[in-house]
Amino acid sequence: MQTSKQNWAECRLPSPLDRPSLKAHRRPNILAERKAQHEYWRRPSFFLLPQSNPASAGCCFNSNSDPRTKEKGKRRERVREREKRGKKQPRRSPLSHRLRTQIRMTGSMDLPAKGGFSYDLCRRNDFLEKKGLKVPGFLKTGTTIVGLVFQDGVVLGADTRATEGPIVADKNCEKIHFMAPNIYCCGAGTAADTEAVTDMVSSQLQLHRYATGRESRVVTALTLLKSHLFKYQGHVSAALVLGGVDVTGPHLHTVYPHGSTDTLPFATMGSGSLAAMSVFESQYKEGLTREEGIQLVSDAIRAGIFNDLGSGSNVDVCVITKGKTEYLRNHELPNPRTYVSSKGYSFTKGQTEVLSTKITKITQLKQKVEVAEGGDAMEE
Amino acid sequence: MAAAHACSSAAAAGEAPTTGEHRMGTTIVGVCYDGGVVLGADSRTSTGMYVANRASDKITQLTDNVYVCRSGSVSAHAIFKIEAFSLLFSHAVNEHGKGRAQFLGISSRFFFCPGRAYIDGWKKAADTQVISDYVRYFLHQHTIQLGQPATVKVASNLIRLLAYQNKNMLQAGMIVGGWDKYEGGQIFSVPLGGTILRQPFAIGGSGSSYLYALLDHEWKEGMSQEEAEKFVVKVVSLAMARDGASGGVVRTVTINADGVKRNFYPGDKLPLWHEEMEPQNSFLDILAARSPDPMVQ
Repeated sequence: MQTSKQNWAECRLPSPLDRPSLKAHRRPNILAERKAQHEYWRRPSFFLLPQSNPASAGCCFNSNSDPRTKEKGKRRERVREREKRGKKQPRRSPLSHRLRTQIRMTGSMDLPAKGGFSYDLCRRNDFLEKKGLKVPGFLKTGTTIVGLVFQDGVVLGADTRATEGPIVADKNCEKIHFMAPNIYCCGAGTAADTEAVTDMVSSQLQLHRYATGRESRVVTALTLLKSHLFKYQGHVSAALVLGGVDVTGPHLHTVYPHGSTDTLPFATMGSGSLAAMSVFESQYKEGLTREEGIQLVSDAIRAGIFNDLGSGSNVDVCVITKGKTEYLRNHELPNPRTYVSSKGYSFTKGQTEVLSTKITKITQLKQKVEVAEGGDAMEE
Repeated sequence: MAAAHACSSAAAAGEAPTTGEHRMGTTIVGVCYDGGVVLGADSRTSTGMYVANRASDKITQLTDNVYVCRSGSVSAHAIFKIEAFSLLFSHAVNEHGKGRAQFLGISSRFFFCPGRAYIDGWKKAADTQVISDYVRYFLHQHTIQLGQPATVKVASNLIRLLAYQNKNMLQAGMIVGGWDKYEGGQIFSVPLGGTILRQPFAIGGSGSSYLYALLDHEWKEGMSQEEAEKFVVKVVSLAMARDGASGGVVRTVTINADGVKRNFYPGDKLPLWHEEMEPQNSFLDILAARSPDPMVQ
């Protein structure tokens, strides 16, 4: 067929590219073409031709008797004639439309060889910004996080709502992160940033504990956090309330995304911080007991939950004292799910169609390793 | 550490508490008296229109005998690198050492280079905290190497070098004050561009605009310690009365040959100035006790 664009090899199977072109004016004898095509597909000799040319002995395709090759030869003649007459050849790409489009698009852009970022649109963005287009800002995750110092230690509190713009992404997430057995950190801002930065510093603290053989101090965590955040100039959007009890006593600090820190007896951060701070400012006093501290923290978080749209769901509390830490997950649930369908949910047998059944026997695990009890794991 | 309030175009007051940079508008004052220095500052740190910390401590210790008052101001953007600081350190140290024979048996190249620090000038409170942290660290090394307490001049020079070399990115105005046995009480002012000025008294921060004329009029040489402290408290409270970015409590630090004394004057103990009202527990008390118009006294 003259519309085949490439001669890959002597031996080839019909490919989708061999379908007839729709340009009828170039193929005056469509009927003959169809017949030939039909013949081509039906032809058994494709597989059973005797090998007349030893060079093509490994191939079962005889180009000399193949009508397609003859047609191709005709095409080549036509091309040569056009060239003789001085006319330009129509550009024919051997590739599919999709591939061609891809190449066209990537040809105009600078893609790095192995993936990665392409900064080609940065200039366009700058230009648009100069023209007055407002750049979309970062989405804050709403939060209310608080901490206070009471007579025996520190109480931290947080709500449990994680938002993605106007949608609640997680109704019961954990915002109080572990830093050390005696240090916990509440995180507000971009959830990924707070998670990553607290995980990182928590690992660094553990390594430090192994190196020094001592309990971690809150100021160590503070310095690690602040230097990391300062280095990133506020682009790591993590606003943290860090609290803990170490040998020097109870400490409570706030860390801002740009790397500045404050040391305070009570602190709030997040979009609900104003609501929570109002509760603290009116009711905080020095020397609170444990129950009073937990109550005050819960009140402050609840103020944030009910008065700030970015905070909601439940109250998490963490009480850190010398030698003991209690993480009261979902200490209060002021937003229970009140709607329950009157009929309840029922799934009667036969509602779901069984398409197929496959039974796999689970073999019992056999113990292959013998554990020697009481042996010394490593001799010094 | 009070943050001067500067609005970015998109920042609304509601967004500021968590996303805004911790800025420092403030009032800081340093005054020499006969035998030492008194440093004073307010205690307000704001992010946008919200007071993030109403009791912050803006006077930080650099060494036993040198303290620095920190203030930030408007920022400038740029990314920068602090170059090999050991060179700068030795430079600072040599400036002092020219007159002092006991200085430098050890090569200053031994000073540990702090490594690269990227400083961008958006965050003022963070800027000043980081600068004072670095300088405290260098001074500690310097004290060990020198074998004596560091002088106020060296401390101020270190601050000045950091501020000058990174002036594109930093916005920190500092007042360094202390006492050493060679020159006695000294106050050095290191304002925004990294100038260093030795002055008998210095003021800085957003609230200082209201104090220039006052100090020109009322400053006198050779005050006693009590006089100087009262003067500093009066001056800072006057600025707090008129400047929105300053407020809270007044903290003072007195440094002399005997050591360092910290003082704290809560907001309700400060003198009342023109049209300031007595502190009340509740606005309702004012309404109940006074005439129908509570603003009339």
